[in-house]
Amino acid sequence: MNRRDFLKTSLGSAAMAATAGVAEARPNLEPAPQAIGMLFDSTLCVGCKACVTACKTVNGNKPTIVGEDLQWDSARDLAPETFNVIKVYTDGNQLTKDSEVDGFAFEKRSCMHCVDPGCVSVCPVTALVKDPVTGIVTYDVDACIGCRTCMTGCPYNVPQFDYDNPFGALHKCEMCNQKGLERINNGMMTGCAEACPTGATLFGSREALLDEAKKRMALKPGEVYNYPRGDVRDPSSYHEKAVPEYRQHIWGEKEAGGTNVMHISSIPFDKLGMPPLGERSFVSISESVQHTLYSYMALPAVVLGGLTWLVKRNTDGDDEGGEQ
Amino acid sequence: MSEHYEPLQRRVVTVPFVLLGLVALVGLYYLGVRFVNGMGAVTNLNGGFPWGIWVVYDIVVGTALACGGYALAVTVYIFNKGKYHPLMRAALLASLLGYGLGGLGAIIDMGRWWQFYNLFLPWQMNFNSVMLEVGLCVSAYIIVLMIEFSPTVMEKFKAEALQARLNKVLFLVIALGVLLPTMHQSSLGTMLIAMGWKVHPLWQTLHLQPLLAVLTAFTMGFAIVVWEASLSSIGFRRTPETHLLSGLGKIIVGLISVYLLIRFGEIIYRGKLSLAFAGDLGSLMFVIETALFVYPLVVLLSPKGRENGRSLLWAAVSMLLAGSLYRFNAFLITMDPGQGYSYFPSFPEIMVTLGLVAIEIMVFLFVVKTFPVLPRDHQPAADAKSAA
Ligand code: SF4
Ligand code: SF4
Ligand code: SF4
Repeated sequence: MNRRDFLKTSLGSAAMAATAGVAEARPNLEPAPQAIGMLFDSTLCVGCKACVTACKTVNGNKPTIVGEDLQWDSARDLAPETFNVIKVYTDGNQLTKDSEVDGFAFEKRSCMHCVDPGCVSVCPVTALVKDPVTGIVTYDVDACIGCRTCMTGCPYNVPQFDYDNPFGALHKCEMCNQKGLERINNGMMTGCAEACPTGATLFGSREALLDEAKKRMALKPGEVYNYPRGDVRDPSSYHEKAVPEYRQHIWGEKEAGGTNVMHISSIPFDKLGMPPLGERSFVSISESVQHTLYSYMALPAVVLGGLTWLVKRNTDGDDEGGEQ
Repeated sequence: MSEHYEPLQRRVVTVPFVLLGLVALVGLYYLGVRFVNGMGAVTNLNGGFPWGIWVVYDIVVGTALACGGYALAVTVYIFNKGKYHPLMRAALLASLLGYGLGGLGAIIDMGRWWQFYNLFLPWQMNFNSVMLEVGLCVSAYIIVLMIEFSPTVMEKFKAEALQARLNKVLFLVIALGVLLPTMHQSSLGTMLIAMGWKVHPLWQTLHLQPLLAVLTAFTMGFAIVVWEASLSSIGFRRTPETHLLSGLGKIIVGLISVYLLIRFGEIIYRGKLSLAFAGDLGSLMFVIETALFVYPLVVLLSPKGRENGRSLLWAAVSMLLAGSLYRFNAFLITMDPGQGYSYFPSFPEIMVTLGLVAIEIMVFLFVVKTFPVLPRDHQPAADAKSAA
């Protein structure tokens, strides 16, 4: 058994067993009532990166220039100026799209807008918050102290700190809904979903997207399906395409409490770079442990009372404490 | 004037002192670069490794090394073992400096340091955040350590009235000084739970994290007391306090035994033992770490080992390394955030940490030579005066 297998199997169940006995154990958080999300269908992605460019345009981010290649945005991974990238999976002779062996496939990387977000739980100054209605995880630069705990607590390594700037800040996708942009609040969809020519990045409510994903899982490979583009609840257009062989796995339905941005594909997700996650979110465990230990500061107060009594007893009749 | 403590009558500026000063200057130079050009100019931090040695050494390991005052306070005041009191002031001073270094490390590592005060604004606080708890507790503990150490300063300046007044409430401060480290040292462990799958399974003990963190803080705290006391008796050629230290040896044996039982119990219970023999980096680090814990256990188990100053010193060194490695392993060395991220500290990064440690040692040397910190030497060694 290697590290990854171990994490996926044993650790998940151990976590359940371990916290079962802890008083006040908090379960995973629930999806927001009107959670907004996206569904990324890897089998529809053609790797055009229109979404990468659109994301940079709407968020006012500069292109990533590597060497003298000034005409290309060479973003290869998430970065302070890159909230969204398309990564490629390759194997063998790389001939067949969406084939695990001798094939290739595309994968989108951006904030997953977790239902039980690690970044929100660990941030000491509430700079990251999950919107109670839309579930969108946004960032407040005026609150942030730059401790980067959020980066350690995010299971997907999404938040990026701008190390090269002496007055740097944290950067991540806020579903195009940060102050000043607020596309969702204004009834628009996300920049990346709007730009996607194939509907690989689909916008909508988490509920509608989950239904759509389940529908695709149930389709027979080879039959023709009318794929929507834009907003799944009100598609801007459709296109017909033969159904690929989907993995029966909707990433983000359950992983670590689920995510509002979900992925489906015909390649196993660990090959696409998804982390080894069980159903229980790690922050639900850390918060349970923390709150059990402290019981909202009552326990430390009681302990302090006891300690004070002991110390007083052991220092009485001595000017500096302790017998000499 | 205290009957029990006295300043060490030695020259402050010595050759080692100057060498430390040079290291400090190099560190301060790179620190300047960090504030002018950003952290990227001096560190190798990246998207997968947001915390490097500044956090893991200065705060996670450094505060544990600074637990001498905590460990000794528990022994002296809670378990009423007053005979260890002579070691108290040096331990408190080292703790104050270590925690000061931790606080300083936190500020220099803070990407948006000019907004640090948000940590203390109640309406900004996130009470689910373990980091908030660490930040608040460490800040409070630094103040507590200052108060705990202040009698030494008052004694020096003969502020007897003030000292008498402080003594009336000192017991409360001492109690806080026991509670606060217990809280934030355990939280440093809880922090690893939230880091989830990135932490190697051999170190991801979930709900046992806080307990293991407190236990290692204790072992390191006692080890640093033994180490400092032996070293200052060797370095300053004073009468060794071996009779006191061997008693601490017994406590240490108990602590390590409990620690190893829990550590291995968890690993066996969750079926992770095979990972210890996987032949990769994780298993190698685990074996080294375990050996470093077992060595002092074996040495201190025999009364002979406990009474011999030299073997006591080596046991302490091994234990310091063991506890430090445990934390380094969990937070950095075996941590794997995936996606091809890797981290090794840069030269400037290392120099900043070394520079801060150098300053810490320089202040320690300065203070023990000018303030009544060390226990009065009852049988001055014949050559002590000439060595000065
Ligand atoms: S939702 Fe907006 S910010 Fe997020 S990846 Fe898409 S375009 Fe970029
Ligand atoms: S993916 Fe990471 S940054 Fe995004 S909400 Fe989840 S924990 Fe936060
Ligand atoms: S870096 Fe900013 S957003 Fe992230 S945890 Fe620290 S304070 Fe919160």
